[in-house]
Amino acid sequence: MYRYIVNRVLLVIPTLVGAAALVFVLMRLIPGDICEVRLSSGGGSVDPRAVALCHAELGLDRPLILQFLDFVWGFFRLDFGTSMWSGKPVAEEIAARLPISLEIAVMATVVAIAIAVPLGTISALKQNSWIDHVVRTTAIAGIATPSFWLGIVAILAVLDISHAVFGTPWMPPIDYVPFWQDPLRNLSMVILPAVTVGYRYAAVTMRMTRSAMLEVLREDYIRTARAKGLLERLIINRHALKNALLPVVTLIGIEFAFLIGGLVVTEQVFNLNGVGRLFVLAVQNQDYTLTQALVMLTVAVFVFANLVVDLLYAWLDPRIRYG
Amino acid sequence: MVDLTPPCASAVDTAAESPRPSREGIIGFCRRQPLGTVGLVLVLVMAVAGLSAEWIAPYNPTSNDFAAMTEPPSWAHLMGTDQFGRDLFSRIVFGARTALIVGFSCAIIGGGAGLVLGVASAYFGGRLDLVLQRVMDVVMAFPLIIMALAVIAIFGSGVYNVIVAITIPLIPRCARVVRSSALAIREVPYIDAARACGFGHTRIILRHMVPNVLAPFLIMLTAFVGQAILAEASLSYLGLGVQEPTAAWGLMLQGGAEEYASTAPWIAIFPGLAIALTVFGFSLFGDALRDALDPKLRDR
Repeated sequence: MYRYIVNRVLLVIPTLVGAAALVFVLMRLIPGDICEVRLSSGGGSVDPRAVALCHAELGLDRPLILQFLDFVWGFFRLDFGTSMWSGKPVAEEIAARLPISLEIAVMATVVAIAIAVPLGTISALKQNSWIDHVVRTTAIAGIATPSFWLGIVAILAVLDISHAVFGTPWMPPIDYVPFWQDPLRNLSMVILPAVTVGYRYAAVTMRMTRSAMLEVLREDYIRTARAKGLLERLIINRHALKNALLPVVTLIGIEFAFLIGGLVVTEQVFNLNGVGRLFVLAVQNQDYTLTQALVMLTVAVFVFANLVVDLLYAWLDPRIRYG
Repeated sequence: MVDLTPPCASAVDTAAESPRPSREGIIGFCRRQPLGTVGLVLVLVMAVAGLSAEWIAPYNPTSNDFAAMTEPPSWAHLMGTDQFGRDLFSRIVFGARTALIVGFSCAIIGGGAGLVLGVASAYFGGRLDLVLQRVMDVVMAFPLIIMALAVIAIFGSGVYNVIVAITIPLIPRCARVVRSSALAIREVPYIDAARACGFGHTRIILRHMVPNVLAPFLIMLTAFVGQAILAEASLSYLGLGVQEPTAAWGLMLQGGAEEYASTAPWIAIFPGLAIALTVFGFSLFGDALRDALDPKLRDR
C-alpha cells in the first residue's frame, strides 16, 4: 500500500511538468511578438526600444530554459504574474472568482450523484423494462444536450413560470453573496447553473452506475447471496452496490475536473462572474498570462482529482494495492 | 528452394480477417436496435440537410429581411425569423453543413491520427510506447474545451482553427482506446505467424492489426463526431468559434437568443434542438453499433 501511494504520487510530477511544458510551448507559438502586438494595438509604428523594454519586463530576452524554470517555479509559489489586460496579479483575479465556481461545481456534483446513483441502480435492476428505457434515453439526452442551451431554456422557463404564478417575471440574482451571509439568495443564484451543469454529469454517472451494476449482478457472489436466501434489499445494498460503485467513484472524480469545462460555458449563460467566464474573457482579450495560468490551474485540478481517485480506489479495492 | 511466401501470405492474411458477428445487414440492425435506428435516422436527416442545403433551404441563410424581424413560426418561415429577419429554418439547414464539416473533419483527422499512434504504440512497444503514453497522459490532462480554448487563444477563431482546436484533444483519447485493443491483438498467434512469414511492419500493421481494432475505432468515431459538434457549438456560442455570417448552430444561440428569450423564444429553441437531436442521434447510433459489433455486450 505504502509503495503504491509513493509511486502514484510521484507519477503526478512528470504529468504536471509535461503539461507546463506544453502550455509554455503553446504560448510561444503565438504568431508574432506579444510585445509588438500589445504595443501596436493602438495602430502606428512600434518603437524598437519600447519592444526591448517590454521584452525585459516580461523576461522574454532571457534563455528559453530559464524562462521555463521561472514559469514552473512561479506556479509553486502561486505567483502567476500580472494580467496583461487588467494589470492586476493573476492570482488575485482568480481568487476573487473561485468561490462561486467552486460552489457551483460542488453543488452540481451533489445533484448529479443524488440523481444518478439511484436511477442507474433501478435501471440495472429492471433491465429492459420501461423504466430502464426512460432512464437510458434521459441519460443519452443529457450527454447530447448542450449545457448552454439547457441554461437558456431553464431561464426561459423560470421567467415564464414566475410570470404566470407571481405576475412579475423573476430572475435569479447575478451578484454573488456568500452562503453564510444570505443562504437563500446564494442558493437561488447557484441552483439553476448547478442543475444545468449537473445534468450532463448525472447522465454520464447514470450510465456508468447502470453498466457497473449489471456486471456485478452477474457475479457468483450475488448468486451465492441469493441462494443463501438473503433479503433482496441486503443483496443490493451490501453486496452489489458497494462493488458497483467503485468505477462510479473513478468517473465522478474524473468528471469533476471536466466540470470546469462545463462551467466555462454555463457561467456565460447565467452571467456569473466565475473562473469560467474569466477564462473566456482572457481568450477574447488575448491575455496570455491569464490564459496560461487558468489552463495550468485546470490541469492541476484534473491531475490531483485523478490522484485522489486512484488513492481512494486503492483504499477501497485491495486488488489494486497489491496487484 | 521452394518459395513459401505466396501460400503462406494468403493463408495468414485470410486468417487475419475477423469473423463477422452478423451478416444480416441494415434490416437486421434496425430490427435488433430500435433506438439505434432512431439515431441512424436523425444522423441521416442531418447529413441530407447538410449536403443539399442549397436545395432545401427556402431562403438565403445570410440575407437580412428587416420587414420580417423576430417573426414567429409560420408557413412562410417554418421556424420563424431572428432579430435580423433571417429565416431560422434556412440557417439551421446551412448550420447542419457547418456541423457536418467540423464534426467529420475532427473525428476523421483526430481518429486517424489516434489510430496510427495507438497501433504503432502497441505494436512496437518498448521505449516508443513509453514516450508516446506519457505524452498522451499530458494531453489528456487538458479537458477538451479547455484545450480547444487554449488553441484558439493562440491561433484565433474561424472554422479551420476550430477544427484544429477540437482535433488535437481527440487524438490521445482515440490512441488510448486503440492501443489497449491493439495490445491484446499483438499477442494473438496470427501476428507471430505473419512475422514468421517475414512480412514487413507496415504490412502487419495495416493488414493484421488495423482491421482488428476497427470495431472499437468505429464506435469511437461516431462518438467523436457528436463530441466535436457539441464542442464547436460551445465555442461558437462563446463567440470563439465559427464567425458570422456563417450559419452555425452555436452562433445562432449567441447574442439574440438570450436577449429575445421571452419575446421570441423560437430563436433560442430551434438551434438548440438541432444540436441536441444531432448529438443524440450520433450517441444512440454509436451505442447500437457497439452492441452490434461487440457480441460480448449484446445481452446487456
